Amino acid sequence: MSVTVSTPSPREIRMVRTFAAPRERVFAALTEPALLKNWYGAKGWWLTDAEIDLRVGGAWRFVSAGPGGITMASGGVYREIAPPSRLVYTERFDDQWYAGESLVTAELTGATTLTTTLLFETREIRDHVLRSPMERGLGESYARLDTLFSERTES
Amino acid sequence: MLDATFAALADPTRRAILTRLAAGEATVGELAAPFAMSQPAISKHLKVLEKAGLVSRGRDAQRRPVRLEPGPLKTATDWLESYREYWEESYQRLDALLKDNP
Repeated sequence: MSVTVSTPSPREIRMVRTFAAPRERVFAALTEPALLKNWYGAKGWWLTDAEIDLRVGGAWRFVSAGPGGITMASGGVYREIAPPSRLVYTERFDDQWYAGESLVTAELTGATTLTTTLLFETREIRDHVLRSPMERGLGESYARLDTLFSERTES
Repeated sequence: MLDATFAALADPTRRAILTRLAAGEATVGELAAPFAMSQPAISKHLKVLEKAGLVSRGRDAQRRPVRLEPGPLKTATDWLESYREYWEESYQRLDALLKDNP
């Protein structure tokens, strides 16, 4: 049941994952701030603040806390809301760790397969996003080494 | 380089060709056989794959067998794998959430 990642087109990343719960509950976990705060965030990241205006044209805004206490904010606008099968929204990061805006499409089928497709403005941005966990992972390892070294020096 | 790899992998025919080549080298004719495509059409796909460094052609002038070059494919797979791992933890927390609150 682990997530599979693919690149269906030059500007997309797709993630597919199955959950042992009906679509209604998975859809709720994608759209209710209190639920989102319990799970949403890539490795090492936690959602600390979520504001959601769940209607077409309504805005969403997330603040996440990451490694070493750094924070990252992102937001966008809902384009399609069709519970429990489909949710489409735009996404943009404040600190521009990738350029421009992406379009996120979440499709819920069966009981329950969640297919999340991220469409970026260019192939270069898509590749940058795809590459970033590896680069960030390295960066974090180096940061931990730095911490270790500075602690050693101090003691 | 990796841009070219992902562009090459974006096409289903080219992915099918690579899957076939994972089982061993093949001629253009052999590669064309399972597809409803002419040999020139397959050759076009092979050029894209060759340019991305995903395949190479043998020296045998008659057959010029096509071979899989695993290097760039491995790098591309590593990217996908690290991205997968980057998000899996989050999905596992969602598993727990869905389990805890029926």
